[in-house]
Amino acid sequence: MSSSGYTNVAAVIPPLPGRRSAPISIAENPATGLIDGFFEWFGSLGIFFWKVCKAAVTPPYEWRELVRQLDEVGSKSLPLVVLAGASVGVVLSMETRSIMTQFGAKSLLPISVVYAVIQEMGPIITGLVVSGRVGAGIGAELASMKVTEQIDAIEASAINPYRYLAATRILACMLMLPLLTVAADAGGLLMGWVAQTLVEPISFHQFIDKGFSGATLKDFLPPTLKTAVFGLIIGLVACFQGMRTRGGAEGVGRAATNSVVLASLFVILSDVVLVKIILVVFPN
Amino acid sequence: MATTYEIAMKQAEAEENGGAPVVAVDNVKRSFGSQKVLDGMSLSVSRGETLAVLGRSGTGKSVLLRLIIGLDQPDSGSIRIHGQDIAGLPLDRMSEIRKKMGFLFQHAALYDSLTVAENVAFPLKRHRRGMSRSERGDRVKQLMAEVGMEGDLDKMPSDISGGMQKRVGLARALALEPEILLLDEPTAGLDPISSGEINDLILKLQRERQMASIVVTHDLHSARTIANRLALLDRGKVAIEGEFEDLQQSDIEFVKEFLKQS
Repeated sequence: MSSSGYTNVAAVIPPLPGRRSAPISIAENPATGLIDGFFEWFGSLGIFFWKVCKAAVTPPYEWRELVRQLDEVGSKSLPLVVLAGASVGVVLSMETRSIMTQFGAKSLLPISVVYAVIQEMGPIITGLVVSGRVGAGIGAELASMKVTEQIDAIEASAINPYRYLAATRILACMLMLPLLTVAADAGGLLMGWVAQTLVEPISFHQFIDKGFSGATLKDFLPPTLKTAVFGLIIGLVACFQGMRTRGGAEGVGRAATNSVVLASLFVILSDVVLVKIILVVFPN
Repeated sequence: MATTYEIAMKQAEAEENGGAPVVAVDNVKRSFGSQKVLDGMSLSVSRGETLAVLGRSGTGKSVLLRLIIGLDQPDSGSIRIHGQDIAGLPLDRMSEIRKKMGFLFQHAALYDSLTVAENVAFPLKRHRRGMSRSERGDRVKQLMAEVGMEGDLDKMPSDISGGMQKRVGLARALALEPEILLLDEPTAGLDPISSGEINDLILKLQRERQMASIVVTHDLHSARTIANRLALLDRGKVAIEGEFEDLQQSDIEFVKEFLKQS
């Protein structure tokens, strides 16, 4: 296996008994090609993740690069995330209001906005916005470094690229996603209140008081902390796509696109699993 | 032409003089898919010696350098650095060996988000942790002065020419005071004056530092200028190895053709 063997799974995994050792082209057998590609991608991702974990827990630690990435992922995504959260808050407030009015439950409007924003909309919107901004950024940056041999230069300088490039970015995503989610939630609640008070004036204190009545930390903490998993997915997929890129400018574009598409998809899919886990572990 | 026996005698003599091969490549094979790039390649370089590796495009010259620094692995055969076989070494142990090596990439591979000075300081920051900021700054200035670019410390790689990028790449490769220097096409794409300057620089560094160097190049003139020995590759193997005169006297058709066209 190559020292940077995340692209060369075919070389390290022997063919299964009775199967051809030569790669089967998609043109030859599209179904087999796709299945092989699917398993190869996940296998390579697993090997990549293992190398990153090993690199992350062994010294020397790249604190300075981690701080730089925290700034890159966190403070630079903040305005976008707050804006997205605020928009969701307004929309939720308007939509919920008309439904609640129909059912004569207008007094439940604050609680429905608060729960919808904090339990689901804030985390998922943050995950998707960061997938787009940070996923594309990491994917394109690392892909560009890969095709211009900068990653090889890092490795040739006796620096572990899994530690310096990947672990720092993934960790930054994991640490910043929950904080960004809190910011998105705050934006959503504030603008949800503004949207409501424009139609039917209510003080912010009253809105929050009604919204959080009867709520406990377990209602809000797990949905916020689950975004650390979104961060792991975004960072991991983007670093993986970037560092396995081939093929010049076209490859860079493809890596950026794939990073966003796959990270967004996996964030949504993982949300289904995480919500189920939260419901099981913290039943209402 | 130096025969295999003569080369072996030279190596034995070098070993007797305390000059055991620093880099020894033995019967290395490397294929990509069905394409055999290296097919039983063997060569060695001792301290203070410069070996130029010549050959047509696609004969595996750059692959050879990537194998020596461990960025790729051979299918078979062995590569020894200071007697240590590097095949299958874990990344962290390989990193210890890489600290003794400097690599100049064909397109310099400078970190494009860092200034020229930060590029040169990059390996120092990570491997000379005891060095203070001012000591590091002085070292970067000294390295940049060695490659004749002391006035360009704060420029970005995109703001300097290809020749200047190679100089910076060379300064970065020398930052950790390597015992082995690997140069991939150091003069490719440069005008004759810049090529000459790079050649002079490599010669000066060789005189001063006595490193074991392997230079991959298409440029026969450059190879003659900077190398003690030349190795010409053909079909994944060393077709001939020796001094330039040995190549000139060769009867091998490929060698004659290569020299004629160069």
